[in-house]
Amino acid sequence: MATEVDPQLLEKIRAAAQAARQAADTAQAYAEQVAAGASAASGGAIDPFIFRLAIFALAVVVGYYVVWAVTPSLHTPLMSVTNAISSVIVVGALLSAGIDASAGDSSSTARVFGFLALTLASVNIFGGFLVTERMLSMFKKKG
Amino acid sequence: MLNGNIAALLYLTAGVLFILALRGLSSPETARQGNRFGVIGMAIAAATTLLYQLPWGFLSFLWVLLAIGIGGSIGVWRARTIQMTAMPQLVALFHALIGLAAVLVAASALYGPQGFGLGLPDNIHGSTLFEMSLGAAIGAITFTGSVIAFLKLDGRMTGNPILLPNRHAINIGLAILLAIFIFAFIPTEAHLVFWLIVLVSFALGVLLIIPIGGADMPVVISMLNSYSGWAAAAVGFTLANLALIITGALVGSSGAILSYVMCKGMNRSFISVILGGFGGETAAPAGGAGEEVERPPVKQGSADEAAKILLAAKKVIVVPGYGMAVAQAQHALREMADILKSKGIDVKYAIHPVAGRMPGHMNVLLAEANVPYDEVFELEDINPEFSGADVAFVIGANDVTNPAAKTDSSSPIYGMPILDVENAKDVLFVKRGLGSGYAGVENELFFRNNTTMLFGDAKKMVDGIVKALS
Repeated sequence: MATEVDPQLLEKIRAAAQAARQAADTAQAYAEQVAAGASAASGGAIDPFIFRLAIFALAVVVGYYVVWAVTPSLHTPLMSVTNAISSVIVVGALLSAGIDASAGDSSSTARVFGFLALTLASVNIFGGFLVTERMLSMFKKKG
Repeated sequence: MLNGNIAALLYLTAGVLFILALRGLSSPETARQGNRFGVIGMAIAAATTLLYQLPWGFLSFLWVLLAIGIGGSIGVWRARTIQMTAMPQLVALFHALIGLAAVLVAASALYGPQGFGLGLPDNIHGSTLFEMSLGAAIGAITFTGSVIAFLKLDGRMTGNPILLPNRHAINIGLAILLAIFIFAFIPTEAHLVFWLIVLVSFALGVLLIIPIGGADMPVVISMLNSYSGWAAAAVGFTLANLALIITGALVGSSGAILSYVMCKGMNRSFISVILGGFGGETAAPAGGAGEEVERPPVKQGSADEAAKILLAAKKVIVVPGYGMAVAQAQHALREMADILKSKGIDVKYAIHPVAGRMPGHMNVLLAEANVPYDEVFELEDINPEFSGADVAFVIGANDVTNPAAKTDSSSPIYGMPILDVENAKDVLFVKRGLGSGYAGVENELFFRNNTTMLFGDAKKMVDGIVKALS
């Protein structure tokens, strides 16, 4: 039995191993890239987008049942109150106010858009809740 | 300053409070408390955002106060002064504001992503760009669509459908263009492409709403309510904000359900409403001259005669329609009902789902005239009671009482749920003239023996009846 290994063969194996390691490294780099592409900071867990999607889907279902339970006589206030709560988009407008204006032209443009959005959303917040309150205060029982 | 996780929890709390706000509307007794939950939720969401960004620059803070001051005063002023008959216009305008705000927030996030934690300019993530463009597109459609709806409802634009040649082809072309722009925007992040998306969506919003007739406005306004919700949700995904995502989902499904309810109330399919071309304010009478049937003359009555019929009754059901609101007759109507009630006559109100210009509009108008809500009934609840009623007092309504919807399968309103006023012993119709309703269908009830037509302005007629009664 020949226990001696052909040095040429050994060299080949080493080269193959090297290639495999390289391939693995590249694959890992790719995988990292893909993972980074799918989620910026999930740390290997489920993509936060999926969590958001889950909350969204559940909120649609909750909305479905809650809105069907609304009495038809209050459908107009329902519409004005949904209008009012939609103006929670104000959070986006408020964030833009915090943009560092020294970062260049485009960030001051961003702040102008934010200012306008904040004004519009404020009309809706105050107008929406107040007009809903005004309508609801008119609904009275007999006697 | 605020920890990111705590901020997310607070946003979640705001979202839950908004759910409770809608939940409150299941009964008029809990509704006002629900509205307060909504206000608290909004305050939490806004305060969280403000705290999250501490420390504030003095100038930034001033800007924020200025914007809230300007917007808030306009909002308070509108909410205080708006006429209840003009409620649909106001709601349409509010939808427009949400739509435009969504576009502006998306633009702001594109120009200054560092403020939203979305990375640096020119290096925003592809999926974020997709959500951003979706929010801007839906927001832009909501904006121009709602502006058109507002103009139509406010009478500043004809309520008749405006039908462009090849409008379906144009709309499909624009939709394809929109998709192309969105896919061009994701890899390039080009600001120009973003504004092209907004521009095409603006055009699409206008073109989607102009072919829809004034009579279909209850559906349109509900649909735009839904759109404004989806726009908010898309912006919520862009900013990864839970309060916005939850609210968007709630509002989106709420508007969709209301559209469904309205379509069912008119027995129209949603698709046929969207395609438009139906229900102008002054639709020509349907049916050719050939099928014109000889009608006996209608029985006309005066306010005095109407008062006599009403006084002889034990049970009266009032059926108000949009004509009542136009004539501002609701207060006089309530006076009339009060006199009848004081004489021991049972008075109830029957509301058709599409009475008025938006869902539930008639209920608000009656509530404004101090009609107690427990005297006001929905179609399914009141219909069995007509057979036991002595008088059905129909004021400013027509199509929603037409029995042809049940019997004549060739009628354009066939299948529409109607109020069974024909089962009452006597029917009084307060109407301006013998014309047909928006559907252009003749109402055979006018020609029946037990029907008395009271021609004239609804308010003057009811005032006349009140005088005769007292």
